[in-house]
Amino acid sequence: MGLKTFPGGIHPHDSKVFSKDKKIEEMPLPNKIVIPLSQHIGAPAKPIVKTGDAVLAGQKIASAGGFVSIPMHSSISGKVTKIDNFPHPTGALVQGIEITNDGEDKWIELSDNENYMELSETEIKDRISSAGICGMGGAGFPTHVKLSPPEGKIIDTVILNGVECEPYLTADYRLMLEKADDIIKGLKILMKILNAANGIIGIEANKPDVIKNFKVLLKKEKKIKVIGLQLKYPQGAEKQLIYAATKRSVPNKGGLPMDVNVVVQNVGTAVAVFEAVRYSKPLVDRVITVSGKIVKKPKNIKARIGTLFSDLLQFCDGTSEEIGKVISGGPMMGFAIPTLETPMTKGSSGLLIFNKKEAHKEVESVCLRCGRCVDICPMNLVPSLIAHHVRNDDWDSAEKFGVMDCIKCGSCSYVCPSHIKLIQWIDIGKIKVSEKNK
Amino acid sequence: MNDVYAVSAAPHVKQDISVSSVMWQVVIALTPALLVSIYFFGFQTLLLTLYAVVAAVLTEALIQKFRKVPVTISDGSAVVTGILLAFNLNSASPWWLPVIGSVFAIAIGKQIFGGLGYNIFNPALLGRAFLVASWPTLTTAGWKFTVPMSNLFQSSINGLRNLPSNIPEAITSATPLGVVKTLRDTTMISNNMANTVMDNLTGMNTLQDLFWGNIGGCIGEISAAALLIGAAFLAWKHIIEWRIPVSYIGTVFVLTYIFGGINGLFSASIMLPFFHILSGGLILGAFFMATDMVTSPVTKKGRLIFGLGCGILTVVIRLVGGYPEGVSYSILLMNISVPLIDKFTVPRTFGEKKK
Repeated sequence: MGLKTFPGGIHPHDSKVFSKDKKIEEMPLPNKIVIPLSQHIGAPAKPIVKTGDAVLAGQKIASAGGFVSIPMHSSISGKVTKIDNFPHPTGALVQGIEITNDGEDKWIELSDNENYMELSETEIKDRISSAGICGMGGAGFPTHVKLSPPEGKIIDTVILNGVECEPYLTADYRLMLEKADDIIKGLKILMKILNAANGIIGIEANKPDVIKNFKVLLKKEKKIKVIGLQLKYPQGAEKQLIYAATKRSVPNKGGLPMDVNVVVQNVGTAVAVFEAVRYSKPLVDRVITVSGKIVKKPKNIKARIGTLFSDLLQFCDGTSEEIGKVISGGPMMGFAIPTLETPMTKGSSGLLIFNKKEAHKEVESVCLRCGRCVDICPMNLVPSLIAHHVRNDDWDSAEKFGVMDCIKCGSCSYVCPSHIKLIQWIDIGKIKVSEKNK
Repeated sequence: MNDVYAVSAAPHVKQDISVSSVMWQVVIALTPALLVSIYFFGFQTLLLTLYAVVAAVLTEALIQKFRKVPVTISDGSAVVTGILLAFNLNSASPWWLPVIGSVFAIAIGKQIFGGLGYNIFNPALLGRAFLVASWPTLTTAGWKFTVPMSNLFQSSINGLRNLPSNIPEAITSATPLGVVKTLRDTTMISNNMANTVMDNLTGMNTLQDLFWGNIGGCIGEISAAALLIGAAFLAWKHIIEWRIPVSYIGTVFVLTYIFGGINGLFSASIMLPFFHILSGGLILGAFFMATDMVTSPVTKKGRLIFGLGCGILTVVIRLVGGYPEGVSYSILLMNISVPLIDKFTVPRTFGEKKK
């Protein structure tokens, strides 16, 4: 074997067969897009355009709301038709800017700087932050913040996350097959900024073709390693990936990867970084997997940020059955959303459509104390115990037993024979404990 | 806005497992042992098991109706309790014994605490303890056989042929563990004689009989082979986990090797631990009753401690206690300590510094 991994974890059916052999297709531009002003962790961006303004593709339409924030750009050319609250992939209503397509796809001027590696580190970081890049794996942490560790923190390793352990999703897989060169270039930029000696690309063992391809491309690179990881969920969770790749454990109670001298970035983010640094291109598109048993033509689509899920689904010829559930992201950690009139964001890795049967809700029954959740928890928590304390409004005990350390990977809910919504209880606990500690 | 679709918290996919699928798989896993028991003891054992199951299910349904809570007999948990209770009875029991045992197990062992998931004791074992206390002779003596006694008893009896008349009687009607108990406790047998019987008991022939089930004992405990097939099935289905059985049986192995001989410490043959593991209710207890989810620890370290405790108590009861067999009492005693064990074995969170 020799494959690296982390303790705990589960083996859900990977369901990638629907879309894994589908080449990335570029989607024709939609009639309108909606750019939510919050697509990341941190302060929302502030709009700098008004209704009626004409904008170009790539033009900045909202500026960063602080250091831990990112600017937003229009992903098409057209006219600002509305600034209002719109449905968001997390299920909430969030302020966004609606832009109606003029059909021209006119871009701001992009430059090609072949000697981008000779730019100063500050210049490179500036390009990344003004391109509005945040983590594209789902959490959406602003990338330039991750690249600015506080004084005294030394980063020796940059890990690119190509694990894609969520079932169904194949966007990163296709990207790694089709854009391997850009990913490596992006990684080199990241290593340069952070002055990191080592680069690691972590890939799950169910993508042997990608691993092989990278190994060939990186034959002469001494600093960059490709690591095959055991097929196990949540192999792509940041702390679990770091442990598998370096045997380092990120401290609990709010520890960060930089505490163990590591920065992790998604492979998609690496491509965005490369494009931003070389071409000064803002992050206005990404690859998203549209999949599900009832989707007529599952696809990996390169689409502009802000494209509505309804348009994406239409590009896949719709569904063969009545829709029961719509999930933004993967089935383990993604959000079920009430409407398809929701725009994709920089963190949207997937759009999954389930039928009525797959959306079936199970009723919770009593905890059998079987310990399955304890056996598989990748954070080594006792999920049933935390849920028990949350149910009893005992926030102190929930905190004591590590509710804040839960990474919400969903493994415990997945294995529970009593169908207890452990993650839902734990999430309530997280909210209550942070309110309590305010 | 158009349609409104179902919204729920993640995850949106679920392993195909439920309380009832767990319980019914346990029922399947217990079937080989029941079949072996029917082969050795006759159809009487099937009937006794059915009485126990029907009584358990009816008791559960009636109490749940009375409590005005949903009736959950289809989840199979009462069926499992009924089977396990019958498995702990003598095959010559009268029909009402399993019935009373099941009623007690479900009513006092389970429902009085609030039903499945809330009970402190393994209901089947509590039911058995109640029967043993109330009808000691019916539950522990008078094993009935439909096939001729095999070499085990022949050899034990041969070895004891020239003994005072009161002793062989106790021995011929008992289980192998009863024989060992008598040997340890009595002063009326010469050392030579005792050693000969011990050698017979730990010989390959005896161990083979113990393994296949050609011996006296409770309905479900006789055949280690049949029980292990069931246990392997449950382990394959991830319904039981290795920690409790391994630490339980391992503890019994080590302790009986050290203390099990009749001539002082370490005087036992290396085969004696195997004899102890294969006889009595240890295999049934370690794989099917100590592993009862509700009444065993949830933490991994806790499960190891739980198995260790069961092992120590079993050996203490077998070697120095008043009963020849101690599996059921040791599990019941450890059941009470589960909340304490869980409390002190909460694992260190990933990334937490060692103190």
